[in-house]
Amino acid sequence: MIVRWIVLSLLLLAAPARAELNIEITGAGEHQTPLSLVRFGGDPLIAHSLLEVVGGDLARTGLFRLVDPAGRLPHSVSEVRSVEWEGTETLLLGSIEEVDGGQLAVRFSLFDVVRNAELMAQVVTAKRGHLRAIAHRIADLVYERLTGSPGVFSTRIVYVNRDRDGFRLVVADSDGYGEQSLLTSKEPIMSPAWSPDGRQIAYVSFERHRAMVYVQSIDSAQRRLLAEFPGSNSAPVWSPDGTRLALVLTRDGSSNLYLVGRDGQGLRRITRGSQIDTEPAFTADGQNLLFTSDRGGSPQIYRLSLADETVTRLTFESGSTFSPRVAPDGKGFVFSLFKEGLFYIAVQDFDSAQTQILTGGGWEKKPSFAPNGKMILFATEINGRGILSTVSSDGRVKQKMVAQRGDIREPMWGPFPK
Amino acid sequence: MKKLILAIFLVNFLVGCASNKPKEEAAAPVSNAAAAADTSAADAQAAADAQAATEAQAARQAVADEMAALQSRNSVYFPFDVDAVQAADRDTILQHAQFLAAHPSVTVRVAGNADERGSSEYNLALGQRRAENTKRALVLGGADAMQIETISFGEEKPRCSDHNEACWSQNRRADINYNAQ
Repeated sequence: MIVRWIVLSLLLLAAPARAELNIEITGAGEHQTPLSLVRFGGDPLIAHSLLEVVGGDLARTGLFRLVDPAGRLPHSVSEVRSVEWEGTETLLLGSIEEVDGGQLAVRFSLFDVVRNAELMAQVVTAKRGHLRAIAHRIADLVYERLTGSPGVFSTRIVYVNRDRDGFRLVVADSDGYGEQSLLTSKEPIMSPAWSPDGRQIAYVSFERHRAMVYVQSIDSAQRRLLAEFPGSNSAPVWSPDGTRLALVLTRDGSSNLYLVGRDGQGLRRITRGSQIDTEPAFTADGQNLLFTSDRGGSPQIYRLSLADETVTRLTFESGSTFSPRVAPDGKGFVFSLFKEGLFYIAVQDFDSAQTQILTGGGWEKKPSFAPNGKMILFATEINGRGILSTVSSDGRVKQKMVAQRGDIREPMWGPFPK
Repeated sequence: MKKLILAIFLVNFLVGCASNKPKEEAAAPVSNAAAAADTSAADAQAAADAQAATEAQAARQAVADEMAALQSRNSVYFPFDVDAVQAADRDTILQHAQFLAAHPSVTVRVAGNADERGSSEYNLALGQRRAENTKRALVLGGADAMQIETISFGEEKPRCSDHNEACWSQNRRADINYNAQ
């Protein structure tokens, strides 16, 4: 097996906080497209920064082999001589223009030097301060044109950062940059979950000394208490249509699943009994909940039909299974498997019921799919510190993202921007 | 919980008053002999009051001491992925239960915890069950259910954070807290 190690040290370009994040990639896709990123025309400093982000995004997928353009600098398709580009298949080239003061217009083309044909041509315009966003957008378009799946470089993730001062609820770009703190608390924060429109986060906070569920708007920072029943209120997750949430309450004794309207009205109890039922996750059609339960002895994953409340066991592992999340295409789910002292990230297909372990094992918890279904984000640990990690959904490409301070826990990948 | 805060406040308040009172009396001026008879009657009354206050204070202090002693051994422990109270903690449970039975105005908050081997949400649920079962054991031992609130911190507040059994065994516990806020 060929293992590639690429260590990218990406410096934050335009966002206010100059955090640094080390990203380590291992593995490669089954087929890697050779791709040359040619420095764009215009301000060389901006051009360099832009391509660094685009290149980082594409390299992290493991699907591209970046070929050094070796000094050749065509800025438009008419300047490309395909015969000069042996060893690569595709060129990304373009130019940057400043328009109306603070605006940048970035014109770019994707050119196939094997077929000598332009694959796409686009202009992305944004404020100069949003250079990273422009770069992520270009990477999304290049990725989609070359793989057939939409890119997720413009999406965001949410996680909890824990250090000696306490807990922070953080939203960041999918590459870990552009951190925005939504909440700081001395008491634990758990289980953040995105609304389907990407505008709100539901989460569990212990700020009133026990677990209660809050819903907070990302942009306005407005928030409200969704559930404050006696005992623990936890594990919130939105239905795909955004009209209601599933959550876990212990107000009637043990941990059971409930549904509640997004306005906090219309509470409906879904499971009964003295066992633990927790971690609900809607299926893509919104008609079923996957959840973790110890009703069969060890914690395993079950599916419940919301129509008739019938329950089917899905995992039969020798260890325990936790934290199910359904794939965006609805065909399977990802979960965390605890076996012989280690946690692994695994996927299961609904039709075949086949389980595939994607990772090498460790403290690997809380997986969630990227909205294109191609990558899985999860929490793991390196040298005793909690970090973010991703694995491609075929298990071939892995990356670790190490932040500078604190432990990162409880990540969840957000939806496509709306 | 308000009741408990109030109870603690009252204990502290009364202790404070009782210790201040003699100083105030010692500082009170005795102006003339005519006042002496009244003063001696008042002194007798004051002495009786002081005696009663001292006794009440001593009684409250005894309760506070007993509560502090119980608070210092307030944990019960659980095996991995088990939420039943263990026989080893029988004495601890009985001591707390008997104290609660003897002092019905005292309330406690039982907080369940879990080690990190599980998802955070599963562990929150497991901690809640440990707290519930601890409450049940306290009620069986004579406490009133209304005196006991249960919460869980799951794996969020580990007492010890290494990945080994020595640590995990410390984190699989329920704490009976008298001074919870």
